[in-house]
Amino acid sequence: MTSEVSFFRSLAIQGRVMQALLMREVITRYGRDNLGVLWLIGEPMVFTLGVMALWTFAGMHHGSQLPIAAFAITGYSSVLMWRNSVGRCVSALQSNFNLLYHRNVQVIDVFITRTLLEMAGATMSFIVLSIAFTAAELMTWPVDPLQVIFGWLMLAWFGLALALIIGAATAYSEIVERLWGPTTYFMFPLAGAAFMVDWLPKQAQDVVLFLPMVHGLEIIREGYFGNVVRTHYDLGYMATCCLVMTLVGLFLVRDAGERVEQQ
Amino acid sequence: MISIENVSKTYHTRLGQRTILDNISFKLARGRNIGILGRNGAGKSTLIRLIAGAERPTSGVIRRDMSVSWPLAFGGAFQTHLTGLDNLKFVCRVYGVDYKPLIPFVEDFTELGVYFREPVMHYSAGMTTRLAFALSMAIEFDCFLIDEAMVVGDQRFHERCHIELFQKRKDRAFILVTHDANSIRMYCESACVLRNGKLIPFATVDEAFEFYEANPN
Repeated sequence: MTSEVSFFRSLAIQGRVMQALLMREVITRYGRDNLGVLWLIGEPMVFTLGVMALWTFAGMHHGSQLPIAAFAITGYSSVLMWRNSVGRCVSALQSNFNLLYHRNVQVIDVFITRTLLEMAGATMSFIVLSIAFTAAELMTWPVDPLQVIFGWLMLAWFGLALALIIGAATAYSEIVERLWGPTTYFMFPLAGAAFMVDWLPKQAQDVVLFLPMVHGLEIIREGYFGNVVRTHYDLGYMATCCLVMTLVGLFLVRDAGERVEQQ
Repeated sequence: MISIENVSKTYHTRLGQRTILDNISFKLARGRNIGILGRNGAGKSTLIRLIAGAERPTSGVIRRDMSVSWPLAFGGAFQTHLTGLDNLKFVCRVYGVDYKPLIPFVEDFTELGVYFREPVMHYSAGMTTRLAFALSMAIEFDCFLIDEAMVVGDQRFHERCHIELFQKRKDRAFILVTHDANSIRMYCESACVLRNGKLIPFATVDEAFEFYEANPN
């Protein structure tokens, strides 16, 4: 649409726009009062702590040897990370409509910014909680921190791709927005937060392993607990799923950009 | 140069496709200006949104070889939870401009006083308009898109906008879109009429004016 702009100039503009959106998003969401931006970390932390307390009292860990704190933190933080990222993108187009009047602000910038912010918060919360609970001797350091980080990044990739797809899809029909709520609700028990694949019967294992995020979580837990747990995952399968989802997401986002109509 | 080449825009409605702009073409060179006259619902705002790049044309091409503003004094782009200052910062970041040297101008022009550092949602309509206009002037563009913004506000605000836009920035290009034929006569060197989705060019502003007056719908 515009005249040719070099790749690096485009990259610079993209960076500038995303920085502007990021600052704006932080102030709008968290304001300058009380804890302000710390809520970015505080919000997921409160969630994780609550779930952890619930699981402890409910005896959710199936009599396994795993420390409940580490099990809940690895499980719940990571699900929270990709699920909230998608959730933030569901209403993103509507509430950022008018920003598209600034030509350099594109639909994809809005999605990526929201996803990044959400993931940064969840990641920080994960790190802070891990350090706090390790210091309190409720859990130990991960056996292989690099593998935990790798699994976390894989889940982040999955979250970003899904956020692009769902976020863009809301531009087509608001039904997507209505269905996303129930979908996350039903997906939650399947996403792996509350179980290890190995605990399930064989048939159930085959079913949950269709879900790419289950593989990511197994990678994280193997990294965290080491050989104490038996894990089931297929990195190739998860990467393929993420790649396909990313391509679909990018395509939809571009098409959604063409469809956006102001009032 | 901005060139609009065979641009059409169609919207989906419950009653099927509605063509708002039908194969429109025109060019605007650096430093020149054009007025586009149209009745309510003629597609004026749609055209401005397409030129601004806020929406894409259904078909056709829009080329911009100079920097083009967002629709002047457009208030909708505000984040109302943010303060006037935050909105200035946001716009400056998006366009890669340092906001600090601009604060005195915006404060002075908007006359917001302490409200400059209060959320926009507490502003009156007049305050919002003044802020919107000041932000448009804060970023320097080669071409301004003016969508009847000059019509709103009181006399004094009017005059100050006039000074900022048509005197201090008279070397810039602009596209003025309005239903008010008089403002086109006052500001523009050429004019077109937008009617039934078609853009009708005229040799002089007066001819466009006569055609517009003679065709009330």
